[in-house]
Amino acid sequence: MKKIKALAATGNLSTGFREDTLVRAVQEGAHFIGCDAGTTDSGPYYLGSGNPRGPRDGTKRNLHIMIREALRAGIPVIVGSAGHAGGNPHLEWTLEIVRELARENAWHFKLAAIDSEIPKEKLAEAFLEGRIAPLCPAPELQDTSIRQATRFVAMMGIEPIQSALNAGAQVVIAGRCSDVAIYAALPVLEGIPKHIAFHAGKILECGSAAVAQRFYPDCMAAELDQDAFTVEPPNPAFRCTPQSVAAHTLYENADPYHLVESGGTVDTTDAQYEAISDRAVRVTGARFIPAQKYTVKIEGAALAGYRSIVVAGIRDPLVLRQLDPFLTSLRSVVERKIEDSLKLTPRDYTLQFRVYGSNGSLGQSEPCPQVEGHEVGLIIDVVASSQSLAADILPIVWHTGLHHPIPEQQGLISNFAFPFSPPGTDMGPVYRFCANHVWQLDDPCEPFRMTIENL
Amino acid sequence: MRELWQFTKLIRSKNAGPFELTFDIMFKDEDCFSKVMTGGKLSAEVIAQLYNVNLKQVKFFVIQSLLTVKISIPRPVFSGDVADTDVYGGQFHSPLVRLPVDAG
Repeated sequence: MKKIKALAATGNLSTGFREDTLVRAVQEGAHFIGCDAGTTDSGPYYLGSGNPRGPRDGTKRNLHIMIREALRAGIPVIVGSAGHAGGNPHLEWTLEIVRELARENAWHFKLAAIDSEIPKEKLAEAFLEGRIAPLCPAPELQDTSIRQATRFVAMMGIEPIQSALNAGAQVVIAGRCSDVAIYAALPVLEGIPKHIAFHAGKILECGSAAVAQRFYPDCMAAELDQDAFTVEPPNPAFRCTPQSVAAHTLYENADPYHLVESGGTVDTTDAQYEAISDRAVRVTGARFIPAQKYTVKIEGAALAGYRSIVVAGIRDPLVLRQLDPFLTSLRSVVERKIEDSLKLTPRDYTLQFRVYGSNGSLGQSEPCPQVEGHEVGLIIDVVASSQSLAADILPIVWHTGLHHPIPEQQGLISNFAFPFSPPGTDMGPVYRFCANHVWQLDDPCEPFRMTIENL
Repeated sequence: MRELWQFTKLIRSKNAGPFELTFDIMFKDEDCFSKVMTGGKLSAEVIAQLYNVNLKQVKFFVIQSLLTVKISIPRPVFSGDVADTDVYGGQFHSPLVRLPVDAG
């Protein structure tokens, strides 16, 4: 009976792994090396701006070891969600590193790039055809807002990766991709049942995160057959326990038992986790429930404005005991000044006082927003339609606030302790996630364009 | 009055995608788990009230085999949006840490 050994290099391509662990795991007979390179966890900036999260040198080091070992062993490398957000610039950034490595090391191999950025016009058409449906919760999306947004990607399932493998690719660099699909694509192609391949993919996708105690980021491996998969960390310093593996199915999911993927849902309600040594766990019992209609998830980012901020401390107990009314009256004074000097109404910009020591971390969800300490940290946060406008508004706010009066003090006071000169900085563009939707497809590969390069 | 952290080995929050927050509460042992769960002070209703969300939007899972409670709620502000305060959602569990659970 055919067995497939899947190797996850690490949880995120930028974090890294121990070289000796990966070398040993490949020598032990891995059939492919997978690695996830992206997430939406860091917010919408990367998708919107097109900037990768990096670091470039770390990513290059990791790809170097992965590709070198894979070429030596004659097995493929599969990287998903290239460059953090999986858009065209992110994909191109990653491909350029791979090409550079091939040149520097005189490697020759077949490279597949799978593009997941969706032209806005195409997505707007799909929307008008009724093929785009919201998940819950989701931002409001219309064909007009699609056209006004900055960038969209679709999250591929296993099929585009399988096409690349069928085309003989030795290195697959995929745009936005389900983490699970990176690890399920090849096993399913080789005849492993989907319920096993997808459940194993969920355990592998964070690298060594499913071990009992993760001392540092490293590789993770699983052996898949027709009935089960066995997960065992290739680093002898790590061990998996039934609890550590089962607990990992909870991580970052809204529902611990149902993992929705393109093409179906993995139901782990009846999964069994059995220790077969003090380091390895055999997993059985998940089910794969095929979806009625094949869908891919859409992610989008839209420009929300440009941000400038100032950082200040407030220590005077007389200001602190009336901080809320102080900031409310400051706001009304600065709104008037901004209107007078810049001809902008409050609708034209967003002014936020972020008060650390009160509700800086939780905002409106803070159950105890009153100030209890002897000082607070204040971030004055301005978002406007251009960077120069935000930068023009900001000094009006901080300079007015610096000398804003309180009844107990008679004479000009200075309320803010600025640690820096200048007191603040421009933060650049601000994006927002503008879609949490699925796109119904007739062909799972339709939105994804594959390019093969012979290096 | 004893607090939730005194019964747990892990209380964490994290994004489950940019639009939802998820909380994992793992108990120290069966005794801690059953004391808190029978006390009734950790429930979907308590979460709805604490985080000011509609009860129908609270997903509340009790995973006996892992001595774990998992809860998911919609984000009050989507991750990274102009008014967001916690892009990763990593501090939203904080009000739960000292939740009085009164489980003698």
